[in-house]
Amino acid sequence: MTEQVKPAKKPKVPRQKMPEQSAVERAHNFYEVALGYDNDLALLEASRCLHCKKPVCMAGCPVEVDIPDFVEMVKKGDYIGAAWKVKEKNSLPRIAGRVCPQESQCEAKCVLGKKGEPCAIGRLERFVADYAAVHGEGKMPELPKPTGLRVGVVGSGPAGLTLAGALIKKGVAVTVFEALHELGGVLVYGIPEFRLPKAIVRSEVDELRRMGVEFKTNWVIGRIETVDDLLEKRKYDAVFIGSGAGAPLFLRIPGENLNGVYSANEFLTRANLMKAYLFPENDTPIAKGRRVVVFGGGNVAMDSARSALRLGAEEVTIVYRRTMEELPARSEEVHHAVEEGIKFQLLTAPLNIIGNDAGWAVGIHCQKMTLGEPDASGRRRPVPTEEYFDIECDTVIVAIGNAANPLVPSTTKALETNKWGNIVADLESGKTSKDRVWAGGDIVTGAATVILAMGAGRKAGLSMLSTFGIS
Amino acid sequence: MFEILEKERIGPGVNRAVISAPEIARAHKPGQFIILRTHEQGERIPLTVADKDAEKGTITLVWQEVGVTTYFMGTMCVGDRLQDLCGPLGKPTHVDKIGTVVGIGGGIGVAPLFPITKGMHDAGNHVITIVGARTEGLLIMTEDMRKVSDELLIATDDGSFGIHGFVTQVLQSLIDKGTKIDLCVAIGPVPMMRAVVNVTKAAKLPTVVSLNPIMVDGTGMCGACRVEVGGKTMFGCVDGPEFDGHEVDFDLLMKRLAMYKGSELIALNQFRESPRGCQCTFPGGA
Repeated sequence: MTEQVKPAKKPKVPRQKMPEQSAVERAHNFYEVALGYDNDLALLEASRCLHCKKPVCMAGCPVEVDIPDFVEMVKKGDYIGAAWKVKEKNSLPRIAGRVCPQESQCEAKCVLGKKGEPCAIGRLERFVADYAAVHGEGKMPELPKPTGLRVGVVGSGPAGLTLAGALIKKGVAVTVFEALHELGGVLVYGIPEFRLPKAIVRSEVDELRRMGVEFKTNWVIGRIETVDDLLEKRKYDAVFIGSGAGAPLFLRIPGENLNGVYSANEFLTRANLMKAYLFPENDTPIAKGRRVVVFGGGNVAMDSARSALRLGAEEVTIVYRRTMEELPARSEEVHHAVEEGIKFQLLTAPLNIIGNDAGWAVGIHCQKMTLGEPDASGRRRPVPTEEYFDIECDTVIVAIGNAANPLVPSTTKALETNKWGNIVADLESGKTSKDRVWAGGDIVTGAATVILAMGAGRKAGLSMLSTFGIS
Repeated sequence: MFEILEKERIGPGVNRAVISAPEIARAHKPGQFIILRTHEQGERIPLTVADKDAEKGTITLVWQEVGVTTYFMGTMCVGDRLQDLCGPLGKPTHVDKIGTVVGIGGGIGVAPLFPITKGMHDAGNHVITIVGARTEGLLIMTEDMRKVSDELLIATDDGSFGIHGFVTQVLQSLIDKGTKIDLCVAIGPVPMMRAVVNVTKAAKLPTVVSLNPIMVDGTGMCGACRVEVGGKTMFGCVDGPEFDGHEVDFDLLMKRLAMYKGSELIALNQFRESPRGCQCTFPGGA
């Protein structure tokens, strides 16, 4: 145990860097890039926290983790206590600590950030949760007596898992129905192993299972049974729909159905969920392109490009219509991609994919763009020029976004959806137009972030509990 | 885990197994498929359900050994378990009283045609079934088909059994005789389905085909199974697997099916030299 550091005597410690694999090394393996703090680094970083009376950082956290309190426990060396403090609000801290964009959430509000660098809340959250997973001896929170209430959850992504955690801690029985064979949604099929090891997702899910959450995999709601069946035949008291935005969008340009052209969802599912990078030890194959082009500029595009590189591509190029400044991906992800040698072909729009006689992609035909006036989103609109050129490639990954998968909404009676197929739900409570049905995450908002889905799951959980009369 | 309750070989490299899957058996409708995974390192492959028994809680799968997964399944025995079985998937066949329905099954395609034929027969249609294979030894499920068909016509390419010729020739002779046909359903290898569609297009007979593109998840989230129908891109797993045969781009389907040919061979060769390639037990101990 170290002495508590009083704010007045606070040493002038800089924000502690997270150790990571070198770019040269990591570009050829699927191991986690960021290695995490050790005890010393965690103590140093925690000592920077001023323990504000009015902690504004908490307002930046979608699930309202008691940040100053858990950081204070880190200062005292009580890492396991700190982890439990975090888990009171966040059932998935090992995941959130890794994939949250803290720079635009909790850390964006931290007062230290006004003059210097904010406290590394995400890295500390990750540290305590990892520490507790290794040293915590599987301790479980004390659970209340079962209330007899039962909730069915459609989808085991971040929204559904967070809701399950919130309800089981209040004595509500939860069954989670998942279409795939593995639990975690985008956490297992989308986010690559090198950013979020699947063993960590599995350990978080196992913790929920040990608390009593029931999981049913290979269970496609909308095909094997409907949401109405869950309410009427299976007699669930309520249903939460967290089925996500898993339907890939294509550009609808000529050549998109050529061999070697993937949706990012397919490419990442093969690589992550099916572990195609271990082929032929694992049975799922993947096209290991020599020259790979990725369309899009979000996190999914970065994940696809970096995965292609690790699969052995000699050259990976991201093709984006705007400039580096407008890339929607997290700056950290872009930075990592650049370090690893991913190329950026900016101000470029693909017009068509060029194929050979055997039906394989061999290149893309592009048009150079320039930036015009800002559009409705506030970003400067790309305007086509008269300059055209080709890029040679053998693999194309389309990462331009996802739409709502219509399977669940279209098979549920009297459930209101909007023109994009998203379920209409109250953003505060998650309540839908249908009695006893809540929804949250990407199926409501369209493709967004993991932590927003977690926030939606938590809010829907609280709303359900208040409907049940549980505080 | 999904236990294999019965298993038999019904042709060279063709197996039939009855598998315990109560929930799927209850929900399954003709035309739908499942996705399975044999073990932890396995891939996900789609198979059309050949039959089901909702009361016993079983489904029947029929598969031909063509690659690593289907060969491995060929080594599995009664009592072994499949790690994952997901379904029912895809849109069910539109089963209705239409009049005269001609079902055409080629090779292993007879298996997925069976539940559709049964459904059409139960719905009160006059069902004519044409089944074909290269040679007598490759004919499967002909007796099953006989039970659910009003007329059964069997053809072999080499004339070793039944009519000497292709299923398309049998179909053409039905048309030439002036048989009233309201709907054709063709399932089999892509060249066979294309040949059938060429015949029915000329005769202006509505024709449904069941496509077999490469699939990964089978729930519409990846688009591996994209096909072009009437010039539009569709996902085989959620928009199909059945489509209007006159609108399908079979050339594209053929090319896309060949996408992993090299990898498939590597995987199969490695499998044949590995312990699990030659033993009759499930590697996990089941």
